[in-house]
Amino acid sequence: MNGVRLHMNKMRPIAALAAGALAAAGLAACGGGDSGGSGSGPGYGAAIDKIVNQSDKKGGTLRLAMSDDFDAPDPGNQYYAWDQNFSRLYGRGLMTFKPAAGKDSLNVIPDLATAPGQMADGGKTWTYKLRTGVKYDDGTTVTSKDVKYAVERSNFTDELQLGPKYFKTYLVDNKPAYKGPYKDKSDEGLKSIETPDDNTIVFHLSKPFAEFDYLVAMSQTIPVPKAKDTGLKYESSIVSSGPYKVDNYTRGKSMTLSRNPNWDPSTDPIRKALPDRIELQLKQNADDIDNRLLAGSLDMDVAGVGVQSGTQPKVLTPQQKPYTDNPIQGYLRFMSLNQHVKPLDNIHCRIAVQYATDKVAAQTAYGGPLAGGDVATTILPPSVAGYRKFDLYPQKQASGGNGLDQATLAKAKQELAACGQPNGFSTKISARSDRPKEVAMAQAIQQGLKKVGINVSIVQWPAGDYFNKYVGVPNYVHQHGVGMMLMAWAADWPTGYGFLSQIVDGRAIKPSGGNNLAEEDNPKVNDALDQAIANPDKAARMKAYGDIDQMVMQDAVEVPLIYAKALLYRPKRVTNVGITMGYGGMYDYLNMGVEK
Amino acid sequence: MLLLITLVTFGIFFGLPKLAGQTTDQLAASYVGKAPTQEAIEATKERLGLDKPIVVQYGNYLKGIVAGEDFKAGPVTDHCPAPCLGYSFRTSQPVLPTLMDRAPATLGLAVGAAIVWLVAGVATGVVSALKRGSIWDRAAMVVALSGVSLPIYFTGLVSLALFSYKLGIFPGGGSYVGFSQDPVKWFESLVLPWVTLAFLYAAMYARLTRAGMLETMNEDYIRTARAKGLPEKTVITRHALRASLTPILTVFGLDFGLLIGGAVLTENTFSIPGLGQLAISSIGTGDLPMVLGVTTLAATFIVVINLVVDLLYAVIDPRVRLG
Amino acid sequence: MTDTTPAAGPATGSGDAPTAFLEVRDLKIHFPTDDGLVKSVDGLSFQLEKGRTLGIVGESGSGKSVTSLGVLGLHNRHNANVSGEIWLDGQELVGASPADVRRLRGRKMAMIFQDPLSSMHPFYTVGAQIIEAYRVHNDVSKQVARKHAIDMLGRVGIPKPDKRVDDYPHQFSGGMRQRAMIAMALSCDPELLIADEPTTALDVTVQAQILDLIRDLQEEFNSAVIMITHDLGVVAELSDDILVMYAGRCAEYASVEDAFHRPLHPYTWGLLGSMPRLDRERTERLMPIKGTPPSLINVPQGCAFNPRCAYKDLNGDKSTTVRPELVEAVPGHKVACHLPLEKKQEIWESEIRPKL
Repeated sequence: MNGVRLHMNKMRPIAALAAGALAAAGLAACGGGDSGGSGSGPGYGAAIDKIVNQSDKKGGTLRLAMSDDFDAPDPGNQYYAWDQNFSRLYGRGLMTFKPAAGKDSLNVIPDLATAPGQMADGGKTWTYKLRTGVKYDDGTTVTSKDVKYAVERSNFTDELQLGPKYFKTYLVDNKPAYKGPYKDKSDEGLKSIETPDDNTIVFHLSKPFAEFDYLVAMSQTIPVPKAKDTGLKYESSIVSSGPYKVDNYTRGKSMTLSRNPNWDPSTDPIRKALPDRIELQLKQNADDIDNRLLAGSLDMDVAGVGVQSGTQPKVLTPQQKPYTDNPIQGYLRFMSLNQHVKPLDNIHCRIAVQYATDKVAAQTAYGGPLAGGDVATTILPPSVAGYRKFDLYPQKQASGGNGLDQATLAKAKQELAACGQPNGFSTKISARSDRPKEVAMAQAIQQGLKKVGINVSIVQWPAGDYFNKYVGVPNYVHQHGVGMMLMAWAADWPTGYGFLSQIVDGRAIKPSGGNNLAEEDNPKVNDALDQAIANPDKAARMKAYGDIDQMVMQDAVEVPLIYAKALLYRPKRVTNVGITMGYGGMYDYLNMGVEK
Repeated sequence: MLLLITLVTFGIFFGLPKLAGQTTDQLAASYVGKAPTQEAIEATKERLGLDKPIVVQYGNYLKGIVAGEDFKAGPVTDHCPAPCLGYSFRTSQPVLPTLMDRAPATLGLAVGAAIVWLVAGVATGVVSALKRGSIWDRAAMVVALSGVSLPIYFTGLVSLALFSYKLGIFPGGGSYVGFSQDPVKWFESLVLPWVTLAFLYAAMYARLTRAGMLETMNEDYIRTARAKGLPEKTVITRHALRASLTPILTVFGLDFGLLIGGAVLTENTFSIPGLGQLAISSIGTGDLPMVLGVTTLAATFIVVINLVVDLLYAVIDPRVRLG
Repeated sequence: MTDTTPAAGPATGSGDAPTAFLEVRDLKIHFPTDDGLVKSVDGLSFQLEKGRTLGIVGESGSGKSVTSLGVLGLHNRHNANVSGEIWLDGQELVGASPADVRRLRGRKMAMIFQDPLSSMHPFYTVGAQIIEAYRVHNDVSKQVARKHAIDMLGRVGIPKPDKRVDDYPHQFSGGMRQRAMIAMALSCDPELLIADEPTTALDVTVQAQILDLIRDLQEEFNSAVIMITHDLGVVAELSDDILVMYAGRCAEYASVEDAFHRPLHPYTWGLLGSMPRLDRERTERLMPIKGTPPSLINVPQGCAFNPRCAYKDLNGDKSTTVRPELVEAVPGHKVACHLPLEKKQEIWESEIRPKL
């Protein structure tokens, strides 16, 4: 578990996170359940598409725990989804995910801003107006300069490296390159962020980006007053702009929040701020957390990745099951087929693999429908805005549960023949050696493919080197003939672009450390991505994502395996509980309260 | 002594990963967010001092111990006065204050558990030895065997489930509060960890005491003590037990020294923020300075405890006294 | 030394209180082990009066020490079967409660052990150990007990006892340690003193001093003394009577005079033959007993000594079939041997004595 955690900071191979029980996925993704409860009372899966146990009752202490720690509680230095979900209690960014359940939670709504961004210049200029009267816990007023400063420090300094760097990527840079507020002491700072007055902030992008509202929903726009910034030490003296202030944060121990007396509810239409106090215990034993939840001495596990495997039977009893949810968790486990490894350079051979890969066996290997997830047919998971349901390579299981049926296998053989490999072929499949479930998945796939004569040998590498040294290095993949590579992926914001741009865009192919393992470089896909992100029409964008997904699937370079799911538990004492897809299928912490 | 400890630990933690093929880039990359750019990695290497040759890094480390160290946290610079064990890669906190913050929890856990296991283990061992072969002896040794065999994360969780969640006698996991905050709650929160941890050791000490007592009871001076007409109780406690204590003390020194370096499993199971938990999470995140700090502290503890044990030998056994 | 008739005899467990100060009747001490029953002492009887010294001799494993520990009640009742009777000053000890026997130990009967280094607790000062022995039977303050301890150390000849009282056993020399041991044993004026090989571990020069000390103290305290040894020289020096043990039984019982000058048992002859004598030629002076002491689990049929006895054939097969009983062959002189008395006297006079 610790081995996993080393790489958890590094969100890139989100895949990495996937296997670890602790893994708190990428920002974006998911939710969306298959089995919502019916009726008005809570039940199994009830919180997946609606807020259950709704209440406006104030008071009490919300007791939270986690088996790990923040990557950093500093909103400018964090990446984990739960961090960003949680830090909204003591900070207000320009936009945020709507406190809701189900699809509705994928929407971003104004928080510190009065309205969504005003787009201009074809999507290259974004202007936000700040609410007036928003104050820090020390009583000073929040200004747009503080938001600008927060973005600068989080994206441009050498010290704060843990968060995403999308602003740095998309904002117009200074000439010479801006070095961040710690090195560049000029008043002007990054010229592409303008603050014409204390309530206005303007962002200038280097190319059109229609989903900028999602970027400013990241915790990096939570304002930080320059005078109070202490860099890496800021996490122990955070200035709050939200309804709670941080009384105390000790690394590896705990954080306690109490009401921010200077928070004015009239400036904040989305927060209920119910509990008087919020206690978060860190580095708690994971199994014990589950026991405490069941015993009622704890209100929530904020990691949001589900109960431990040993706890699953305990929460699936008739008494406890109505207090559980099994949402989709934002990431896709899939197999990339490299287009430059023979004979997979031939699309018919790839399609043969699409048909002959026994996804149910892979699902079983990963823990079954409950802890593993649902069988996937698309690259976008259902929890991502732009998901469209389709299945280009339909499979059927043989009756009797002995793998794929003859018709499906026949299709695969037909494609093999078209590929000129009627008797099958041989290649390699890779998995991360320290992910036993992934290795088991590779074995299940190996068994299935054998039925059509595709013989794969399994190669394993440690997760830490997987992308840097092996599958993410095209030269290596070509030379060693690694035709099939297992990985998993989640997006940093839950839209098709956020999900797809790193894994199917030809320009994301890197000499090493890349995530486009199939080396998909279809000009039509690339163009479609560019056009989509520049398109201000949301509906059109969403349609485009489905189209792109379908285009890539037509190339047959990615074999979707499962949409990951987790089994979450919500103690009955907790109020306003709903699964937010904005933060990857975990409970929304913004408005949680407790019954006395 | 300390120099040797730091040299060895530094070599192990900074040198070995390199030999094992981990590049400083990879190490630095783990302190950068997802999809790190080479630029970010270089900046991080420089910030953490990983860009320098390992000998220079060690020199800086020693310099920090002697003269203190400045740490650039961004807009502010933090000074860590001597002896400075450096700054955590992961948390950017100075190592020594973090260790000092964690040490009391571990110390409280270790001392309490040690008292419980010494009393319980030695008492059980004595009774077992005296009633050798009896039902009591067999039962005690079966319990002892299970104590040795059962891992703490099992006994710990079971005891939590039973005594805390089911019976509600003791507070549950994560209830640890500092002694200075509330001694009563501190005590309550540590009862289960003490007993659980002590169970393991008490088992070993019971076996050790039993063996030692059986041996000692055959000594000539025990016969002499009886020949003097001493009551059996006096023979056992004053004569036999005291002589059996020496080997127990030796083992105790080692055990206690190791434990003070961090009761890893117990701290993890009961979510006690001690050195062991710190060590584990630091290893998990590749936080070399923190790992180095914990190791150095633990090594120092072990050395000191063994020194104390050596001195205690002299108290117990006059033959060891010098001069 | 020979003016008193040795009062000894196989009393047959009559249960009557005897007249002697110490009387042991048919004492059996058996140890059940996994290999079988070890009959360390198997039917031993003797008597001892105050002021007298009984020497018990025999090879290692003949049951000497087991007997002495048996008298003191130091055998663990869980692993030793003790039967018979031990009468001390009118009180029977085998059937008495352990607590009663415990109260007698150290006070009425005391013991000096063979190896004073291992027999004293290494972690306590000599003084503390004597004080402990004194205070367990005398309700006095520590100061008084300490004064008594210093006094005792002085009486056993330890110089500067007020200083040495705070020393640890390892700081004493071997002889001094044994003196301290004796001081401890005598601290409560015991009426019965058992000395188990008190000089074996000591230098020869020191041996004599210790023996002198024991004798002097015996005269002073008028104690009954049992001197257990394999060294006939010590017995000759100190004892009034001798009990020769073999395989857990009494082989011969006699006054020192008789035992040395008119011994009747072939085993005793062997013991005498094994005694180093400076007035003999080197080659002749030692006549070790052939063979090894018997296993106490499988004691030889008939006379236990028969496998090693040069004269067993003179009795037909009696020696290998019938166990010889201890009989009073000559008044005051008992022996357990099938050889006719005249034959024994003849062999002694003609074959053994000249060679000694």
